[in-house]
Amino acid sequence: MAGFLANFSNVIIPVIIFYIVAYGLINKVQVYEEFIGGAKEGLKTVVGILPTLVGLMVGVCVLRASGFMQFLGGILGSFTEKIGIPADIVPLTLVKMFSSSAATGLVLDIFKTHGTDSYIGMLTSILMSCTETIFYTMSVYFLAAKVTKTRYTLAGAIISMLAGLLASVVLAGMVV
Amino acid sequence: MLNYIWAFMILIGVVYAAITGNMEAVTDAALGSAGEAVSLCITMAGVMALWMGLMRIAEKSGLIAGLASGIQPFLSFMFPRIPKKHESRKFIATNFIANILGLGWACTPAGLKAMEELAKLEEERGNPAYLDDGDRAERGKGRIASNEMCTFLILNTSSLQLIPVNMIVYRTQYGSANPAAVIAPAIIATLFSTIIAIIYCKIKDRKPIWKKQQAGRERFGRGN
Repeated sequence: MAGFLANFSNVIIPVIIFYIVAYGLINKVQVYEEFIGGAKEGLKTVVGILPTLVGLMVGVCVLRASGFMQFLGGILGSFTEKIGIPADIVPLTLVKMFSSSAATGLVLDIFKTHGTDSYIGMLTSILMSCTETIFYTMSVYFLAAKVTKTRYTLAGAIISMLAGLLASVVLAGMVV
Repeated sequence: MLNYIWAFMILIGVVYAAITGNMEAVTDAALGSAGEAVSLCITMAGVMALWMGLMRIAEKSGLIAGLASGIQPFLSFMFPRIPKKHESRKFIATNFIANILGLGWACTPAGLKAMEELAKLEEERGNPAYLDDGDRAERGKGRIASNEMCTFLILNTSSLQLIPVNMIVYRTQYGSANPAAVIAPAIIATLFSTIIAIIYCKIKDRKPIWKKQQAGRERFGRGN
């Protein structure tokens, strides 16, 4: 299973690239020109998030260097480590519910401390790939419809997030 | 929101460091991480440009539109009470496809349009809270989300993205031996959390709230 997952991960990107370019050619798209245009937009996006990234990475690193994260992690971790969730994952999961960029700051900090290919690095990678910013999305979308009573939305969102966390713990254990 | 999170990180960090005597480490961290953010952006720029370039081709060749019409049967399953020709279906489909492909910039506009259209759908159904000239008492209570809105939001927050481009970039930057190794487990985890979300929505969606209210009102003889 782990071998198959690794194979699939390695093959998927070239396959997607091939498919998109071939499909574009068949449909007579100026593939190269469009690619350049899109790439330009992509660069603009990255430059646009640079200030956010500087701000949040500084914030997270200050918090970690102060020793506060270890202090907090020590308290939370004693409960969660029994079920295979390392201490660093708890604040990460909570922050991700509010802000994707703040979570990115924590992710990079975990990668720096534990490496990307360790159990916790892999768990972080998978977890961030299968969860969303619940509160942010809900507040923006419901505002568009002027809805104030959201009924069972939050419960559903949190249940699916916990399902993602469970899947991440199991899968990270299999892959690493 | 981020205002408070960020201020909390900085303020608590400095105060805690002052207490525990870690001020020197905080100085290094603050200056070092700012530079690190820039070098991360440089790594990210290449991958993002590649991905966005490919997505532009997919858009122009009609691949994305094709995918959006391809998921119509899925929409009929998830939203059985939205009429087949309703405008909201188009935006929901675009939003889902953009989410699946990881096109953040395309998700939100389509998502917001979808929510507006779903509000219009409630208006067409005659839900008084959604009528501009509706019953004042009903309006005062605030709008209650329709089943379709709940389903749409839960699926959105369950994460639909298949290829975690950002995570691959971060892993590359921090020296992963195989940055793409996350793809397969990420797809499985995303599918699992989305399936749980679908089951939850289907259980909750059995009764439309507005019909229920209407039935209740008629029973008490206050129907319109």
